[in-house]
Amino acid sequence: MENSFLLEKLQGNFPAKIVEIPDAHHLLTILVDVEDITDVLRFLKLDNELQFIHLTDITAVHYPHLEKEFAVVYHIHSLIHNIRIRVKVFLYGPNPEIPTATVVWKGANWMERETYDFFGVNFIGHPDLRRILNVDDMDVFPMRKEYPLEDPNRVDKKDLYFGR
Amino acid sequence: MSEFISKITSNQPVFEDNDPQDELITLNIGPTHPATHGVFQNVVQIDGERIVSGVSTIGYIHRAFEKIAEHRPFYQITPLTDRLNYCSAPINNMGWHMTVEKLLEIEIPKRVQYMRVIVMELARIADHIICNGILGVDTGAFSGFLYVMQEREFIYEIFEEICGARLTTNIGRIGGFERDFNAVAFEKIREFLKRYPPVLKEFEEMFVRNRIFIERTSGVAAVTPEEALDYGWSGPILRATGVDYDIRVQNPYCSYEEFDFDVPVGATGDVYDRFMVRNEEMWQSLRIIEQALEKIEKEPQGVFHAEVPDFYLPPKEQVYTNMEALIYHFKIVMGEVDTPKAEVYHSVEGANGELGFYLIHDGGRSPYRLHFRRPSFVNYQMFAPMSAGMLISDAILNMSSLNVIAGELDA
Amino acid sequence: MSDIKLAEAPPGVEGAGFFATSLDKAIGLARANSLWPLPFATSCCGIEFMATMGSTYDLARFGAERPSFSPRQADMLLVMGTIAKKMAPVLRQVYVQMAEPRWVIAVGACASSGGIFDTYSVLQGIDEIIPVDVYVPGCPPRPEAILDGVLRLQDIVKNESLNRRNTPEYRALLEKYGIHTNK
Repeated sequence: MENSFLLEKLQGNFPAKIVEIPDAHHLLTILVDVEDITDVLRFLKLDNELQFIHLTDITAVHYPHLEKEFAVVYHIHSLIHNIRIRVKVFLYGPNPEIPTATVVWKGANWMERETYDFFGVNFIGHPDLRRILNVDDMDVFPMRKEYPLEDPNRVDKKDLYFGR
Repeated sequence: MSEFISKITSNQPVFEDNDPQDELITLNIGPTHPATHGVFQNVVQIDGERIVSGVSTIGYIHRAFEKIAEHRPFYQITPLTDRLNYCSAPINNMGWHMTVEKLLEIEIPKRVQYMRVIVMELARIADHIICNGILGVDTGAFSGFLYVMQEREFIYEIFEEICGARLTTNIGRIGGFERDFNAVAFEKIREFLKRYPPVLKEFEEMFVRNRIFIERTSGVAAVTPEEALDYGWSGPILRATGVDYDIRVQNPYCSYEEFDFDVPVGATGDVYDRFMVRNEEMWQSLRIIEQALEKIEKEPQGVFHAEVPDFYLPPKEQVYTNMEALIYHFKIVMGEVDTPKAEVYHSVEGANGELGFYLIHDGGRSPYRLHFRRPSFVNYQMFAPMSAGMLISDAILNMSSLNVIAGELDA
Repeated sequence: MSDIKLAEAPPGVEGAGFFATSLDKAIGLARANSLWPLPFATSCCGIEFMATMGSTYDLARFGAERPSFSPRQADMLLVMGTIAKKMAPVLRQVYVQMAEPRWVIAVGACASSGGIFDTYSVLQGIDEIIPVDVYVPGCPPRPEAILDGVLRLQDIVKNESLNRRNTPEYRALLEKYGIHTNK
């Protein structure tokens, strides 16, 4: 199956809702709106011809210089046709919301919790959306670009030795 | 009386429980584990020995790799990737280098690719040694683990000969290796190919037809392929359920398509199948290493990196004498080299499954965003739903056969 | 002449069938050569510890024959690997549960000082929460380095006075970490 066939099939089923983003490494990347994402994901998995049954990854990226700051990125793999697809959804900050993908693949559970933990993306309909990797009482979302890498409350680092 | 016996033999409760304190006990397994599996916690509710429900808590070794990677140049991220799956660190290193080479569109010479294959397969054998050995320990068979750990020491010696470090290897550079494998390294690899098969055979004989082991592991935690795929499983545990998804075959990288090896596939996905799949993968890895050694001899000798002066540091002798080499050295270290602004997702077959690197680069010195698709993380989320209804000892074996490495789980 | 070196006996009075020395020295000798470890292995250093316990490097010949995962029955706490802030209360609870005399070895760079992970989620050295006796640097330290750390701890243990745990200085040290001893 070629990327062009996949793109045509998607655009045939979802007219005017799928935009292709050019990718230099031949991985079909499409841009979808947040209202259509669940339908698109469900179509990808359940369609008899496509059968994208393996959800590889869900993650997010923070672009503070763009109008829509957050991008949730899905990497999905069709084992039968050996073809991958990348689906991107851009969301407005600072409290981005998107419907959950756990209704389509059960494996999205922890991936969405990790994305919530790092970026604060709220997955509507997730069965158990709470922090997974950071401490439970943390109130910031550390992977956002405004949050620093080092612990800001550290008192024993001498600025002189660290060039500050 | 026979009704009594038939109730016992069919595992049904025998006596009426008139105890008014009819409640479930909450048991906390972890995060400090007696079996040295790693730091993750399971709070389970048990009814006697049977688990009714469980909740996993992870993050006890969250080291914020993805955040650190946004502040480091490419060559400094390699030591970070070491510490993801620290039992098979070279696979992580090679995967990362291949991701960056895919981004920078660098072509790697064949000899370097074969050297990478050797290193990756040695690391795969090392990881499977730990997993199968610890599975044996969890069933009570300690000796097997000690026998094969000695072979792991020999693999450490090979890694030391190649790069200087035993465990967190930081092997290779973007574009190849930092130095050629010397004659001692090749000698040690050949000796490993001679001395490991008898030990593996002995280890196999202790477990494969061992009645106690079979009764402990056969039928425990069987998984259907549909469920496994729905949860995003990959690697030996997915192959144990019957799905032959191996990235080395499906999306070959690093010339794996030139090698002749089988992909072992199980039938039911239970713990015994997972043990057997990993065991057979070790034999296949030995085959691959033998073929790689033969192929390396046919290639022009002495080539150990690609000719990319923009990204591969020149030798120090030249830096001190040659102006061009000095400029390249400066540009690489200070990050003044032009790099394409692109995104790339590359995955390799790690010892636990599909290890993926999603790299978004904006032309600067460090990545804009680097995400690790970690197989242990994705595989482990099924553990809590799967353990409902199991005995505690079976759940421990299940956890042990999933081979969850804590560094990869939390990243 | 054989090249087996015998350990030196502590200074004392020797006679026909008896050896008199100070109680401190005798107990110190006994304790030093039978330190039972609690392997608190979190990450990569834990795998090097597994190699140390294996037959090539063999920690057991120094008396650490029985690794105990129960803090009540262990003498030395080997903290191997990164301690994240989420794990810190767990480590502290394990330390508090250990019975006196207890010693702590911080194995590896992450346990000594946070290592290469200078981030918001990693504890920068376990000596922020528990008192440490020996630091073993390395990332991960070679098994020989871990053995060297255990030998240095044996030196500390041999020369420790019996009354050390009751002295006000030791109590003040624990108070500094917020560990209250009720004596």
